[in-house]
Amino acid sequence: MQTANLLPLVLVLAVVAYGLAYMRSRAVAAPLGGIRNLKALPFYYATRAALWCAIPALLVLAAWAGFEGKVIQGIVIASLPQDVWPESPGEASLILSQISNVAAGKLNPDFVPDYIVGAASVLETMDNQSANFKAALVLLVAVSGAAFAWTRVAPHINARLNVETTLRRIFFVCAALAVLTTAGIVFSVILETIRFFGRVPISDFLFSTSWSPQTALRADQVGSEGAFGVIPLFTGTLLISAIALLVAVPVGLLSAIYLSEYASKRVRSTAKPVLEMLAGIPTVVYGFFAALTVAPFIRDLAEMVGLEASSQSALAAGLVMGIMIVPFVSSLSDDVINAVPQAMRDGSLALGATQSETMKKVIFPAALPGIIGGILLAASRAIGETMIVVMAAGLAANLTANPLESVTTVTVQIATLLVGDQEFDSAKTLSAFALGMLLFIVTLLLNVVALKIVRKYREQYD
Amino acid sequence: MTDQRSQAEIVRNSLKRRYRKERRFRLYGMLAIFIALASLAILFADIISKGHTGFVKTTITLDVTLDSETMYLDDPTDEDQLSMADFVAPIIAALQAHIPEADSAGEKRELGRLIGTYGASEIRDLLKDNPGLLNTTQTMEFLAHDRVSTYVKHADNPRYSVKLSDQQQRWVDQLQAKGVIDTGFNDVLFSRGDSREPANAGILGAIVGSLLTMLVTLAIAFPVGIAAAVYLEEFAPQNRITDFIEVNINNLAAVPSIIFGLLGLAVFIGLFGMPRSVPVVGGMVLALMTLPTIIISGRAAIKSVPPSIREAAEGVGASKMQVVLHHVIPLAMPGMLTGSIIGMAQALGETAPLLLIGMVAFIVDVPSGFLDSATVLPVQIYLWASSSEQGFIELASAGIMVLLTFMITMNALAIWLRKRLERRW
Repeated sequence: MQTANLLPLVLVLAVVAYGLAYMRSRAVAAPLGGIRNLKALPFYYATRAALWCAIPALLVLAAWAGFEGKVIQGIVIASLPQDVWPESPGEASLILSQISNVAAGKLNPDFVPDYIVGAASVLETMDNQSANFKAALVLLVAVSGAAFAWTRVAPHINARLNVETTLRRIFFVCAALAVLTTAGIVFSVILETIRFFGRVPISDFLFSTSWSPQTALRADQVGSEGAFGVIPLFTGTLLISAIALLVAVPVGLLSAIYLSEYASKRVRSTAKPVLEMLAGIPTVVYGFFAALTVAPFIRDLAEMVGLEASSQSALAAGLVMGIMIVPFVSSLSDDVINAVPQAMRDGSLALGATQSETMKKVIFPAALPGIIGGILLAASRAIGETMIVVMAAGLAANLTANPLESVTTVTVQIATLLVGDQEFDSAKTLSAFALGMLLFIVTLLLNVVALKIVRKYREQYD
Repeated sequence: MTDQRSQAEIVRNSLKRRYRKERRFRLYGMLAIFIALASLAILFADIISKGHTGFVKTTITLDVTLDSETMYLDDPTDEDQLSMADFVAPIIAALQAHIPEADSAGEKRELGRLIGTYGASEIRDLLKDNPGLLNTTQTMEFLAHDRVSTYVKHADNPRYSVKLSDQQQRWVDQLQAKGVIDTGFNDVLFSRGDSREPANAGILGAIVGSLLTMLVTLAIAFPVGIAAAVYLEEFAPQNRITDFIEVNINNLAAVPSIIFGLLGLAVFIGLFGMPRSVPVVGGMVLALMTLPTIIISGRAAIKSVPPSIREAAEGVGASKMQVVLHHVIPLAMPGMLTGSIIGMAQALGETAPLLLIGMVAFIVDVPSGFLDSATVLPVQIYLWASSSEQGFIELASAGIMVLLTFMITMNALAIWLRKRLERRW
């Protein structure tokens, strides 16, 4: 039976368990003189039965479904004749896909070697057996859980406490999922990164100035080694992010100041949501705009003044990215500007300073740490942004500071290296995980520092 | 005395300069707002100007004589004959009826190229389903070839290059004058999946894919996010573990989305052997990405429930869990819903992590389940935008308009919910 069918079945069983336990608790209570003589309301006995029925069964189901594929693959590979055992993971996945295609009837068995056909029948039996065992085990666990709960419907047992403790634990697990996610991220990038550094020395990765991950198919081709120097990617990322911040910081900051200090209530209440719309637009839309409108416009403009610009210039990607993070900068600065105590504002104005002098000489210096924190957060956004640069920046890893040239970024390389079918064991694929690790560390550091600054600043005025 | 007067004078003399500075500063602020709003306006105008023609299709309506001799077909139930037959001939013959001047073999071939590549298979499918129609004359509506469509829609726009020969252009003009070539609302866009041919490509597949993915995301992120928010606000003891969880959530909220794609690729696909390009995996990755948003907004909503409610419930003997389940969660629900809708809107527009887990494949069929290969709306837009054909660029802009409509609707719903249901204490 498929997982998709088992899931609703388990839920139905849980509902049945609920109903049975409910009736059972009333039946137990009747001779004692009504439910007031139970330690808990029938609802709690019933809920406990449903939880006992569903939770262990769902855990078993999830564990089985999670590992069944890998285990079956291992068994199928092991069933192959010894002389055709795959030597690399890449070869293994190729053979496995052939086998599963034969089993699914997508591939004519006449076109493949006999051992593949044999393995396909092994795969089919294993799949069937696994599905049957899974269904049997899950149902057994569900029914025995419910049965156990049934035996525990007794007047002296306080089911409410059981239910509340269980719920509390479930809530805790949900909160801890964030930790698990972080662990998953670290785990997934670190393992592959270590494998990558087994092939490419870490010093080459960090300090070499050339990046061309295309490893050649034949060993004698030129550049067959591939070069994995991250410096051109990093300068490209920094160039685009710097352009973005050059746009976003003044525009975002000044509009936050204007909206919080000068604008009338009406202007404020319309301009602010419209500004926030900029943050809600999907990045793919910005990418489209940058690649198809801004980039050609900049190229034409540069040609008019006699400069040469690439059709995928860093400037186009940076400008559009800047527009994207304007609302980010402005809402963060708005927060910190409003956090400056009114007394400081009043004091400055009372001394005869104009509004702009108050802003520039009193409020801005007071809010500066918070604003810097906000800018750092915006920078981490810019560095991690993917779609705009994938669509509007190039793939050529040029080491340049000229915004009219095409550069590539860390995120672009991760996306291009991992899109499409690829094996997990080539240096090219692994390098994407190393880049991911680098990106994760850099953005994490920026965030931690920024959050610390912002928090410290808030405490100062609270 | 003199000193004071001179100081007052200094102030008075500098006033003009200072007021000028004040005005200039104000102007800078207005300029900044103007730049931001103008960018938004330009963005929208650009997309609408590029995309509105994506909602228009160009059709060619012809009286096609399904003559068995010209098609070399006398039994439409015979598969072998169907695969050998010439279904282009009747279309060319029907076109020639309108344009008699095209009679050389080369000109006829040029004429046939006005019809989209799927015209012939439409006739085949018609005959396969209704063999009795052989040797009758049918009025059929064909989709025009992409080049014809571009010419009809954009003949006077220098941004578009017309790829028809002068002769073909003249024919198209004639056919248009006769009403054979016509334009109408592009229902194909909303009723089909992707295609190699812009005229035949639609976003239904991507919309259904997005819907399936969002359902998975919602089913995971909403309950888990709310449970986590409740735990952190109501139950968590003040200790290191709680601090650690909070730090993790705050950091996850700022992790670049593409990193979640790496997580999905390495853990869900690599470790657990789940299939690529399916809505389940996409939905799970997006759920992990959206969780911090939902948790943070959920916590804010729970915080806004006044302590007096909790105290009152506890005062009549409710347990902590009963206080939370019976009072706090129902009262915080509008705020939680608002946060979740905004988080879902973000997830709907997300592209980068889905690229890594293989949702970029070229998929023609509309997905029918959570384990079918699928693509989503933003990825479809990305795929079309990277194409060099003008027809696809047009479709990408039209797709963006559809995506933005969805997102604006969701955000409006969130705002409405907040206004409607939020209680001020």
